[in-house]
Amino acid sequence: MTDAVFNPAASSAAAPLRDIGIKRRRAAEKRFRAYGVAAIIIGLSFLVLLLVSITSKGYTAFFQTKITVPVEFSEKIIDPTNKRATDPKVLITANYPNLARDAVAKVVGIDPKDRPAIARLKGFVSDGVRAQLRDMVLANPDIIGKTVPVTFLASANIDSAYKGQIDLTSAEANRKVSDSQVEIMNKLSEAGVLREHFNPAFFISGASSRPEAAGLGVAILGSIYTMLIVLALALPIGVCASIYLEEFAPKNRWTDLIEVNINNLAAVPSIVYGLLGLSIFINFMGMPRSASIVGGFVLALMTLPTIIIATRAALKAVPPSIRAAALGLGASKMQTVSHHVLPLAMPGILTGTIIGLANALGETAPLLLIGMVAFVVDYPTTPFEPATALPVQIYMWANEAERAFVERTSGAIIVLLIFLIIMNFAAILLRRRFERRW
Amino acid sequence: MGSASVFLIIVVISLVAYYLTRSRSVAVVNGDVRKLHSRPSYFGAHAAIWAILPATLFLIVATNVGSNFVERSVRASLPAEHLVKPQNEQDIIYGMVRSIATGFDRLSTEERAVVDGDITKLKSVLGSKGLPLAQDPQPFMVDAAKHLTSATTTSHWIIAVASILIALGGAYFSYTRVSPTFRARNNVERFMLWALILSSTIAILTTFGIVGSLITETMRFFGQVSPVNFFFGTVWDPRFSTSGSTSGQFGLIPLLLGTMYIALVAMLIAVPIGLFAAIYMAEYASRQIRSVVKPLLEILAGIPTIVYGFFALVTIGPFFRDFSAGLWGALSGNYTNFIEAQSVLTAGFVMSIRLIPFVSSLSDDIITAVPRAMRDGSLGLGATRSETMKRVILPAALPGIMGALLLTGSRAIGETMIVVLAAGVAANLQFSPFEPMTTITVKIVNQLTGDLEFNSPQTLVAFALGITLFVLTLIMNVYALYIVRKYREQYE
Repeated sequence: MTDAVFNPAASSAAAPLRDIGIKRRRAAEKRFRAYGVAAIIIGLSFLVLLLVSITSKGYTAFFQTKITVPVEFSEKIIDPTNKRATDPKVLITANYPNLARDAVAKVVGIDPKDRPAIARLKGFVSDGVRAQLRDMVLANPDIIGKTVPVTFLASANIDSAYKGQIDLTSAEANRKVSDSQVEIMNKLSEAGVLREHFNPAFFISGASSRPEAAGLGVAILGSIYTMLIVLALALPIGVCASIYLEEFAPKNRWTDLIEVNINNLAAVPSIVYGLLGLSIFINFMGMPRSASIVGGFVLALMTLPTIIIATRAALKAVPPSIRAAALGLGASKMQTVSHHVLPLAMPGILTGTIIGLANALGETAPLLLIGMVAFVVDYPTTPFEPATALPVQIYMWANEAERAFVERTSGAIIVLLIFLIIMNFAAILLRRRFERRW
Repeated sequence: MGSASVFLIIVVISLVAYYLTRSRSVAVVNGDVRKLHSRPSYFGAHAAIWAILPATLFLIVATNVGSNFVERSVRASLPAEHLVKPQNEQDIIYGMVRSIATGFDRLSTEERAVVDGDITKLKSVLGSKGLPLAQDPQPFMVDAAKHLTSATTTSHWIIAVASILIALGGAYFSYTRVSPTFRARNNVERFMLWALILSSTIAILTTFGIVGSLITETMRFFGQVSPVNFFFGTVWDPRFSTSGSTSGQFGLIPLLLGTMYIALVAMLIAVPIGLFAAIYMAEYASRQIRSVVKPLLEILAGIPTIVYGFFALVTIGPFFRDFSAGLWGALSGNYTNFIEAQSVLTAGFVMSIRLIPFVSSLSDDIITAVPRAMRDGSLGLGATRSETMKRVILPAALPGIMGALLLTGSRAIGETMIVVLAAGVAANLQFSPFEPMTTITVKIVNQLTGDLEFNSPQTLVAFALGITLFVLTLIMNVYALYIVRKYREQYE
């Protein structure tokens, strides 16, 4: 029996396997697969790198260093010659920054007469303090002579230093905050006077050349106006156009032309839409420059192909049996579409619309051309007034030279991305919730 | 009365017409709606359409014609010595008249009294209301402004009354036509069909708008700068944007090369990564991995380009610069960077990140569209999966993939915000990927932001650049769509 045992060693020795390169082929297979994995890992790591880089730079924008000190509204500084009763200009032009400076000096323990020491406090408090204290005094002139606790914004440089964004180990001459300022900052911080607060002004304020006071309010409002106009124009027109092309249009050259056209429009670079808006809406029709209405028109034209393509896909997905049943019961073609096909296609249409809107929300280039790069301080009350939009605000801040604007820009990007995430999530939920498989 | 409030009234009229006509249609048949040809709401809708449509059309047309008419009559009423002046001076005078007229509306009665007494104060008073005047106003302008105000008011009232009458007339017309045999539904549906057809022509109109506006403005540009200098010039130096100065040079070549170069760098990075990712997901990945990885990669395409631009500006650009300085320093001891922060490489690299998902999704679709039989046949003959992919599926999918790459390339060429922030603005004509170059899109943005003077070639050149870009991407898109379509038909 033992003789009959199969002996692989013996048989292979007898007839060696022909080398058909199995090993090489297996190795090639493995390599090929590894390339694929590597490609995916590289792609995903780019995503992670991008998001981490933006959030690590930007989350601090939601906080702001502020200084709360008791301010003495000293008559000696505001109105040294006591003329305010006769000359209203005194209260407007008074040297309010000195009030803030003296108040800070008192907390740190610097003698107000020690000029060189006082000079180091220059640039410690935001320049906005002038308007802040002036408004307090103008609103309530009785405050003069009293001491009231007031919260100021720290200047952008101190803000960055406090948040640890300035490398304090580098040579003093190379940075914008001197060692003595850091020393004062630490003293204030220990005294509990200088603290980081949540910064609602970042979402509310308009444009400002001072980074510590600049906010996204106008940009967010401008974006909302623009998106509402896009929605009001692109959704009805897109749905009507798709219904015609999908349900009514005869197959002929004209409808073929429209089809090719829509596919091409979807791939036209967005900046070309900006040129269209500038030349037709602003120059030819005389609409106002920098206004959200023009931005809305341009972005609506840009979003239209996306919505039409999504709507046609949604209409196509409704099974013909539904149409046949409705027609069979005596409904007209128009009734079939408006009572049955359209409601069934609605979730798909809305998903496509939201995705189109999300694209439009992030679009920058066409808005630059129609002049939405504007320094707008006040809220626009109608879409016909100058405004900016979120991505344009990001562009403008990205071009600012000051270091502190990097944080603001990243913060604005986070806000924009959060809006986009919310919209995309809504689209996904809508699809999950209402999707039907026939 | 403003056009908006007139429109609101028309809407209210049409709503009332809807309800009245609907209830009349029910009343006509004594409540037995089966005797009606159409359901009652169609009678209502018919009335609403008749109330709102003619009146609104009239309102739009009449408002435009009316303001033109008023302008002409005010201009004709100007004193004779001003009528012989050249057109642009007349335009300035009319502009001032209009400012004064709007200013009068905003002034309070006391301020009006001050201004009426002393015309020299008008400029400062209006200036304080946010209406700066170009010159000192003259008495005849104030007279013209008063004429303008009264004429505008009259025309507004005429238009408002006429539109409302038309709305009422339309509603009445429809109201009287209610009868059991009236084919209201067919009428309403015919109107709806026309609305649908009109909407579908918007897409065509957009294309006409793009082509028409680009061509007219480009023609104006070529009236000042010769097309030969534009298309074959190698120097881009537009100088200042002052009207009438044509001393600048507008050479397209450096911009075109910069555009192509950056797109090429981006494609060189994005295509291998995207293609391999697509192959892995189509052929190897399990369903779970696919359902996680695919949306994650597509997030890259959903992030706005301005975010990539900023990423390039503050992260990638400085990284390349410092990295090259460190590398060169380690090699030669001399720490100078050989890659600029804004360079072809920076822009191309960051752009490639955004293009990866385009390449991978498009190729994924095309690879999975290759018939299963081809794949199974190859595997059945003993080929490994990678061999099947390389020798059977990819050759079969090649035309489709080429189309996908063309589409991606056209996107790379039209990309704006990344290059604006990452590629630089200097129109260099050179071949190092480490130096800044600029693109067509960057220059369009540069020439059109800031204060504009629409007659200068410095501004109009943007439209010539725009049409170049449009034609370039159009050719790529049409050809790509043609390939993809033909490829799809082959396997259907």
